[in-house]
Amino acid sequence: MHPAAGPVREVPIRPMSRTLIVRRLGVVGYAEGIELQRALIAQRTAGEIDDTLLLLQHPHVLTLGVKAGESRQHVIAAPERLAELGVETHESGRGGDVTYHGPGQIVGYPVINLKPDRCDVHRYVRDLEEVMIRVTGEYGLQAGRINGLTGAWVGAEKIGAIGVRIQRWVTSHGFAFNVNTDLDFFRLIVPCGISDRGVTSLERLTGREIPIPEVEAHFVRHFCAVFARES
Amino acid sequence: MSDVVMPQMGESIAEGTVVRWIKKVGERVDRDEPLFEISTDKVDAEIPSPAAGVLVEIRAKEGETVPVNSVVAVIGEAGAAVAAPPAKAAVPVAAPAPAPPPAQGVAPPAEAADQSAPDGQKQKSSPLVRKIAKEHSVDLTRVPGTGLGGRVTKDDILGYLGTGERPAPSAAGAAAPAPAAHVPAFKPGDNVEVVAMSVMRKKIAEHMVFSRRTSAHVHSVFEVDYTRVAKIREARKADYERQGVKLTYMSFLMKATVDALKAVPIINSSLDGDHIVYKKDINLGIAVALDWGLIVPVIKHAEEKNMLGLSRAIQDLAARARSKQLKPDDVQGGTFTITNPGVFGALFGMPIISQPQVAIMGVGNIEKRVAVIEDAIAIRTKGYLSLGYDHRLIDGAVADDFMSQVKKTLENFDSDAV
Repeated sequence: MHPAAGPVREVPIRPMSRTLIVRRLGVVGYAEGIELQRALIAQRTAGEIDDTLLLLQHPHVLTLGVKAGESRQHVIAAPERLAELGVETHESGRGGDVTYHGPGQIVGYPVINLKPDRCDVHRYVRDLEEVMIRVTGEYGLQAGRINGLTGAWVGAEKIGAIGVRIQRWVTSHGFAFNVNTDLDFFRLIVPCGISDRGVTSLERLTGREIPIPEVEAHFVRHFCAVFARES
Repeated sequence: MSDVVMPQMGESIAEGTVVRWIKKVGERVDRDEPLFEISTDKVDAEIPSPAAGVLVEIRAKEGETVPVNSVVAVIGEAGAAVAAPPAKAAVPVAAPAPAPPPAQGVAPPAEAADQSAPDGQKQKSSPLVRKIAKEHSVDLTRVPGTGLGGRVTKDDILGYLGTGERPAPSAAGAAAPAPAAHVPAFKPGDNVEVVAMSVMRKKIAEHMVFSRRTSAHVHSVFEVDYTRVAKIREARKADYERQGVKLTYMSFLMKATVDALKAVPIINSSLDGDHIVYKKDINLGIAVALDWGLIVPVIKHAEEKNMLGLSRAIQDLAARARSKQLKPDDVQGGTFTITNPGVFGALFGMPIISQPQVAIMGVGNIEKRVAVIEDAIAIRTKGYLSLGYDHRLIDGAVADDFMSQVKKTLENFDSDAV
């Protein structure tokens, strides 16, 4: 080593971590969720933390995708009606159109680094669909995909929606899965801009209310399987 | 200068949409700093800048969808002048001009940044070109580059190696579309011939998209039984020919249309801002296909003409159209248009309205078909009629009323009116 070369910085070499940190947050406000993701994205990008999966629920909220002008047209309820029901509207910074989040719906925000072997957004979206399809399968239901319509579908009705943001291959936002969601709230919007398809939930399909923690556990297991991570 | 390209965000993804430019033209940007946002499927992705410098030019506007690897922007040295906009693809190819090469190879910007960083020296070539050079032990600095800024393109190195043809000046010179255009029609090196559009073709092109943007196009299709018309025509065409006029299906259609326009005058109107302009004259435009394009001569005051008059008028206009003797007045002032997609075999068409009119009728192929008449099978002469109309002004009920009247007139044609 040349003394004149200056201080030597040691770069720790770590094996590729396959760890998934799972955080169950209960009911969290939408803006709060965005802030938390922002912090996690920075940390994940800097390599300070491992891949993280947030599982939570939001109070009643409509969220608009990046093409906010377009997606706002898919909010068909008047602002007064929304205020009456206590439904907030937020612009989200994720892809996709307008959607509704509320109690009884599991929202998942994976903040994971897709490098080096998963740098394919189509694949990421298909993988999220796969997770939701497998979780639905746990309840004896056959979910699947519809060509051209992102999401998890049971028959002609959507049970899970996806809207993702990617920054240097680190993901944020994610998916929303209807467990015991009050589906009437979807009538305030044209969900994801798709006007001629319905929305459904595990409760609607099985005829019973399903405990959220139980479904969250399925999500953790299937997410780890599909994404080859360990929680 | 560095090209910023639309990255490929997945194996099977062929295009991306620019959602937002985070930096504006003239702003400084660092390498890896977020430069623009794209969306594809349900994903919004922030794309970092491949280089440090100043955003010199934006080629893909917010909202534009472009193919993967097409150049969406250019980053230059601070204070660099904007590159002269490349010639439009529509202009006939002139002297060879260096074309910005589409980035070869598929590498998301993050990886591209990694590759060009280490030796601190920016290579003026893409990963694919460097790979080819390495495989053939070629020193890239010795290969003449015809790409932007002297870059060595794939064609350059293949030409140098003698394995490919040198890019013909016309292929290299046929540049990417000007900033105003959207998806490039071809890449340098494609097997193409670029021909300038004629003035007529340009006008047609402009009018078509203008009309689509202006009117709320809806189409209705009716089926007409022309058997009676066919019989009348057989019986009377000799009379007409003696007067030097051809009696055609179009003659009957024009008469039926004029009658229906008198009965439903809103079809013969225009929109002026918030006002409906009812046109008292019926100036019937009949679309005529020419070898070199399409033109719509207009029969003025069709409401005053009888069958003979209408037939004579259209014959005269068609002949003058084909011999390029139409006067400007012959193609202006139309209030309703009839077009004839059936003459080329189409069952029916979905024509585009000729502005500032609010409707257009398309005549489909007329032929003998099997029909059911009072529960028995019959052979009848039939054809479809379609009406394209502007739903800003005309509702389905009104359009269908108009078409019903045309149909009724044709199916019960008064032989005395011929």
